[in-house]
Amino acid sequence: MMAATPGGALLVLAVLLPVAGILVSFALGGRVAEKVTLALAPLGFALAWLIAMQVAATGAPIVYTIAGLPPPLGIALRADGVSAVMLLVAAVIVAAAAFYARAKFATPEGQGESRGALTFWLMLQAIWAALILIFLGGDLFNLYVALELLTFAAVPLVCIDGRPETLAAALRYLLFALFGSIIYLLGVALLYGAYGTLDIVLLAQRVAPTPVVWTAAALMTAGLIAKTALFPLHIWLPPAHANAPAAASAVLSGLVVKGSFFLALRLWFYVLPALPTAAPSAVLGTLGAFAAIVGSVLALRQARLKLLVAYSTVAQIGYLFLVFPLAAGGHAWSATGWSGGMMQVLAHAFAKAAMFLSAGLLAEALGHDQIAKFKGAARALPLTFLTLGLGGLSLTGLPPSGGFEAKWLMLRASIASGQWIWSLPILAGGLLAAGYVYRILAPALADGAVEIKAPPQRSREAIALGLAVIALALAFAPQSFFHFLEIGRPLAAGGAP
Amino acid sequence: MSPSILAGLVGAALVGLGLYGLILHPHPLRKLLAFNFIGSGVFLVFGIVARRGAAARFAFDPVPQAMVITGIVVAFAASALAVALILRLAAASGKVTLDPEAWSGPDDGGAK
Amino acid sequence: MSVLPALDLGLALLVVGVAAWTIAARNLFASVVGYVAYGLLLAIVWIRLYAPDIALTEAAVGSGVTGVLLVTAGKRLDAIKAAETGAPPGLALRIFVGALAVLVAGALAWVVVTLPTPAPSLAPAAAAAADGPGAGLGNPITAVLMSYRSFDTMLEKVVLILAVLGVWSVGPDKAWGTAPAPLRKAKAEGAMVFLAQLLAPAGALIGVHIFWVGADAPGGAFQGGALLAAMWMVAMMARLTEPPRIDSRILRLALIAGPAVFLVVGLAGLLLAGNFFAFPSAFAKPLILFIEAFMVLSIAVALPMLVAGPPDGSSEP
Repeated sequence: MMAATPGGALLVLAVLLPVAGILVSFALGGRVAEKVTLALAPLGFALAWLIAMQVAATGAPIVYTIAGLPPPLGIALRADGVSAVMLLVAAVIVAAAAFYARAKFATPEGQGESRGALTFWLMLQAIWAALILIFLGGDLFNLYVALELLTFAAVPLVCIDGRPETLAAALRYLLFALFGSIIYLLGVALLYGAYGTLDIVLLAQRVAPTPVVWTAAALMTAGLIAKTALFPLHIWLPPAHANAPAAASAVLSGLVVKGSFFLALRLWFYVLPALPTAAPSAVLGTLGAFAAIVGSVLALRQARLKLLVAYSTVAQIGYLFLVFPLAAGGHAWSATGWSGGMMQVLAHAFAKAAMFLSAGLLAEALGHDQIAKFKGAARALPLTFLTLGLGGLSLTGLPPSGGFEAKWLMLRASIASGQWIWSLPILAGGLLAAGYVYRILAPALADGAVEIKAPPQRSREAIALGLAVIALALAFAPQSFFHFLEIGRPLAAGGAP
Repeated sequence: MSPSILAGLVGAALVGLGLYGLILHPHPLRKLLAFNFIGSGVFLVFGIVARRGAAARFAFDPVPQAMVITGIVVAFAASALAVALILRLAAASGKVTLDPEAWSGPDDGGAK
Repeated sequence: MSVLPALDLGLALLVVGVAAWTIAARNLFASVVGYVAYGLLLAIVWIRLYAPDIALTEAAVGSGVTGVLLVTAGKRLDAIKAAETGAPPGLALRIFVGALAVLVAGALAWVVVTLPTPAPSLAPAAAAAADGPGAGLGNPITAVLMSYRSFDTMLEKVVLILAVLGVWSVGPDKAWGTAPAPLRKAKAEGAMVFLAQLLAPAGALIGVHIFWVGADAPGGAFQGGALLAAMWMVAMMARLTEPPRIDSRILRLALIAGPAVFLVVGLAGLLLAGNFFAFPSAFAKPLILFIEAFMVLSIAVALPMLVAGPPDGSSEP
């Protein structure tokens, strides 16, 4: 699979489109950055769609070798089922965040460039470019560069508002992220030292369970979980995600943490399938289980809506890591676990983005986001609270929603594999999630009167609601969708969920 | 002991020292220095991998060496961003702590 | 023990000793000075590892430019007198983290020493491919950076641009568009100005030379650009020139020139050589030098802007 396949050029264009956008936006500044972002959104979606169609048509990953130089000396880009789906998800959520953010970051005609606007639009494109590269990258060092792009794009968004606590949150985030990427890079160095290549496909053919590979795997995993904010390395996430502007929070919580998680999947399922995975899977699953419980309990105790939603991200990230024990190996149940894990990625991305966008509308309309002062707010802002409720439905895992589908598949995988222990955190986390969603909705539905400073724009409410509806619609994903996610997965046994 | 084994041990020691400083130093600028020690330890590991890969007409494998050059640039950019954040934090608040307790307090919920 | 191994051992102990001292130093400024010395020692280690290209980069960036960045930061922090840094860690935590650090360092030392022999290497492949896409480049590292891993190199320049904007974005709203603060508060004395007037043009010439020979000898776009950057910083520290306004179109174009030209040539590769980022074999070397010239410019501008910090509006009339 070294040579380029038809459609491979699409992969390079998908990466270079937002990169070109960054360069043009930076040079011309001002209103151009905003216009470029909004113009790129449909183009990027179209490219992602073409890539998905090509993968579906051939039923195999599409490959491009940069400059026609094949690995190990050159760099390859590859798109399989999961990369194509993630490209589409990223395009939709970035576009939603961009159109939502116009109300805050648009530069009016005749007005000069401003700090917040240029930073927001350019870094949004940069996050997008970095994610696309992460989903397509076939070389572990190229993926390191992608991880760093993601860090440099995400951190300035956290402190766009400039208050000291946002600067402290951004700095803490930066230090965790830098630690994560340098430790990842150390593992990359060891793998190169052992095998003389960093290409994912070539490495997968060569790796054997030796001390060097175990050390490299441990270092890279530690780095990636620091960047994904898996318990107990989660402390940077809530202040960072809660302090960013709402549109940025939606992208950070919905997409950015999934970038490093995606690389952890790539590492264990694509690079290291030759390793016996029982022990590492149990460790990652245990951390995930703790994250699901601890994150939910902390979410229950937050007084501010944005912090509650951010702690809920800590909990939902925990579920993601249950995919390691539940999709391990080439068993029939592995495919069910894999589908469940991917469904959790998608459902959380849409539900969480919808909830952060709604939280932003709420904070603007009320002038605060103190949950205790929400009495009667649901009557004043029905659409916003409908979105929060629908997003919460998916987080809780009630039908019909993508969150339900994800948990149902994970439960089935845990029973079928005899690892029933993992069903406990899934069920307990669901109950706790119901608790924190209730905490948001109960006061809002109670009698009372809130003062609305400025009613939210209908279009912005519609964008958030649209994302929540997608999170629900995922429950109706057809069988063929899950087959598509299997394309290119090593060890895929062909068993449908 | 060959220079490359020696450099490997130095690299490992630097990673350990940096890890210790990064986690324990309360001052963010000291954390940044510690991060840079980890960074140069990692680059040294690439360096000995390159040296061990001496073959053909080369005294080293050029691929890991090229990666170190890319890595040094990125590490410098990271340092610059961290320094900017630290200085601004100090100027805006008069303190440079990362302790979450220091920043908790009543606020407006990010509605500004 | 002959002389060279003894020197190597002494150098290794010195590097680790200075690093440990820097981590342990009580005073912030002392640790910064220790770090700069450490960077210089490290450059010597790289020479011993047959890595002159990295030694040049480490001396220019890891020690030089980073040194100016950190010393400036240390001084500015002292001026603010921001003392509070939170509580120092307790003994139990220190023991736990110390054990963790020893464990990681020990495991790393063990696997590094036991890496497989013969070591896998791409050197033979790079040598065999010397007639190929990196044709005519005597420096294999330049060939790797500009041809085989051109995608990494181009994206890493984009990382630099994001870092520049990230640094700018930290400044206050009202200062947006203005220039960063001067690198030195005081007006420079005559000797400093004289030195800068002497050093800057000479250093700039050497920088251009290092870039130009980089195709065949140690050096290249990055090292040359870093030296030019250092010379611009010397001139700024002598107050011969001031940091430019960040809304300057020329500054912005200079910053994106490297990755933008790389991107355009990379796209054109599809038409000229049948693949994105491929070079037609007849023009490979001149095309690579053409891209590198713009990268030198971008690096020479980006590094000083990263050191200068966010716009602060103070130098406005």
